[in-house]
Amino acid sequence: MAKSPEEEHPQKAFGWAAKDSSGLLSPFHFSRRETGDGDVTIKILYCGVCHSDLHNVKNEWGFTMYPVVPGHEIVGTVTKTGKNVKKFKVGEQVGVGVLVDSCKRCESCQQDLENYCPQMIFTYNSFSQDGTKTYGGYSDIVVVDEHYVLRFPENLPPDAGAPLLCAGITVYSPMKYYGMTEPGKHLGVAGLGGLGHVAVKIGKAFGLKVTVISTSPKKEDEAINRLGADSFLVSSDPAKMKAAINTMDYIIDTVSAVHPLAPLISLLKLNGKLITVGLPEKPLELPIFPLVLGRKLVGGSDVGGIKETQEMLDFCAKHGITADIELIKMGDINTAMERLAKSDVKYRFVIDVANSLSQ
Amino acid sequence: MAKSPELEHPNKSFGWAARDTSGLLSPFNFSRRATGEKDVTFKVLFCGICHSDLHMVKNEWGSSIYPLIPGHEIVGVVTEVGSKVQKFKVGDKVGVGCMVGACHSCDNCDNHLENYCPKMILTYGAKYYDGTITYGGYSDTMVSDEHFVVRIPDNLPLDAGAPLLCAGITVYSPLRFYGLDKPGMHVGVVGLGGLGHVAVKFAKAMGVTVTVISTSPNKKKEALEHLGADSFLVSKDQDQVQAAQGTMDGIIDTVSAQHPLLPLIGLLKTQGKLVMVGAPEKPLELPVFPLLMGRKLLGGSCIGGMKETQEMIDFAAKHNITADIEVIPIDYVNTAMERLLKTDVRYRFVIDIGNTLKSSN
Repeated sequence: MAKSPEEEHPQKAFGWAAKDSSGLLSPFHFSRRETGDGDVTIKILYCGVCHSDLHNVKNEWGFTMYPVVPGHEIVGTVTKTGKNVKKFKVGEQVGVGVLVDSCKRCESCQQDLENYCPQMIFTYNSFSQDGTKTYGGYSDIVVVDEHYVLRFPENLPPDAGAPLLCAGITVYSPMKYYGMTEPGKHLGVAGLGGLGHVAVKIGKAFGLKVTVISTSPKKEDEAINRLGADSFLVSSDPAKMKAAINTMDYIIDTVSAVHPLAPLISLLKLNGKLITVGLPEKPLELPIFPLVLGRKLVGGSDVGGIKETQEMLDFCAKHGITADIELIKMGDINTAMERLAKSDVKYRFVIDVANSLSQ
Repeated sequence: MAKSPELEHPNKSFGWAARDTSGLLSPFNFSRRATGEKDVTFKVLFCGICHSDLHMVKNEWGSSIYPLIPGHEIVGVVTEVGSKVQKFKVGDKVGVGCMVGACHSCDNCDNHLENYCPKMILTYGAKYYDGTITYGGYSDTMVSDEHFVVRIPDNLPLDAGAPLLCAGITVYSPLRFYGLDKPGMHVGVVGLGGLGHVAVKFAKAMGVTVTVISTSPNKKKEALEHLGADSFLVSKDQDQVQAAQGTMDGIIDTVSAQHPLLPLIGLLKTQGKLVMVGAPEKPLELPVFPLLMGRKLLGGSCIGGMKETQEMIDFAAKHNITADIEVIPIDYVNTAMERLLKTDVRYRFVIDIGNTLKSSN
């Protein structure tokens, strides 16, 4: 008979979990594996609240295994290292993102693309190699194979830097892969939330001209004066959209609601690229003629490999890029989730785990 | 008052044109401009029938101007060259494809991408620099600026080479642009018609492993034994599609009817590319999860620039690649269009203009 979450591993752990599709989180006792030879045990300081956490706790994607402890934007301090661990020592500040294991042998893993490994294991709601479920960062400790742990740069604040571990890499990776980094080129960022606001900052750091594309006119002031975007386009304004036709080299589409692609495609120049990183529940309508006539493309991207995640963190540290956050206590998580569902946050909640997670 | 087609230019010309949306073609007297200093005039010998011709004669895209002489897979022999023409002389075998003009000053033109120039002028049904309407290759002569003329190498048969001027470049360009031309890669070709069969031949010549993906099981023998494809996948057979999941570096999709993208995206490896060269009229459903989970992309492509069109013709000549054609006399053209509508052709009709298009005057 399968052991209970509390008993299945030797190290006691405590966190908050959702127990059913209401998505409401509450205290949860469980356990973590022993620190293996290649493992690092981390005392969690902060964990970002990603929109994926919300989708997962409510089983919106249909594959949640309750109880689920979400959280894949984890920053903490190393408390134990296995005897074969080379990259980290006790006391170091580290991060854990969206994945905690992969096969290490396939073509994707060999190319530092562990995120595309067919056997990739998510930080939470996946099965580990030992058959037990993974639990995420809304908890006090986590044990991770050192390969999947990131060194957290000293000059990056651990609270405002935590969201980079998912939101940051989610936009950084496609910007590199699809060549959206040539200074002077014009990047559109569709959607101004957790992903979008980081995309604006990273885009500016690459020397791009950045236009935020949004349905909400009231986000304009923020976008330009606080985030540094060069311009703002209200996508529900037909005249403004028409004037912007054929002006953008690339667009990062962070919107996860179902939305029309045709207007975004029309904004692209010849050979323009629309990269979608949001995950709508249903398929989107894609007009083919404009892609053919303008040799345009629509591509997807899903987080990034470990090497690239480290590169992204170092890039952000160098350019002083962090997320704009609202720090919350663990006990406020359900209210935060409700507000997140209404996009009522500028722009990421981060749980002050170490100071507010008490048994 | 605008001059009639017969009088607007100095040189008499004869062809077959559609007069209305019935799309029926019939004899038509018109005229061609005098050979300008940069122009090449040639006697048309053959012209391929592209599916676009069928769309245009029936005004299915809403842009047709009647009377309409279609034809943009035109080959023939040069009869006159303008005083500033450098690349061609009388007697040369030449061809003209889908375009006859562009602005020559935009970024696209500078990068040999005249096909994407916002002022690109189509070979037929478009307004030329002088304000007159362009007429295509279902006619006895063509006059074109030398920039838009390609040389046909001696060893390439004119009749079977004609379709390369549209079908050929339409599939060659994306194979190169999207990097699906490396030996050892595995590329799928969806649809086995005019575009598809040429895509198979080009990809094989590039050293690529080719799988034809089709709804018709009865095309399998042709695909494998005649065209040289390595395998054949019936797209409606769930088991076959499942077995081929994640095996293709790229797919060239030539189908212009509505069709599902999800199974095609599933066939791609991680970082695979689905390239659309057929253009369905209505939007298709794009499943986003699979695109993201494999960092895959879906892109379009539209013919190619002049430099690349010449490169493609030379490549075809080197590798003995031609289209599989059915040569027809001009007076069969309406029947050919009916058969084309039912895809009853292996795989391109080519009109024997030189021998069968005769003016009754």
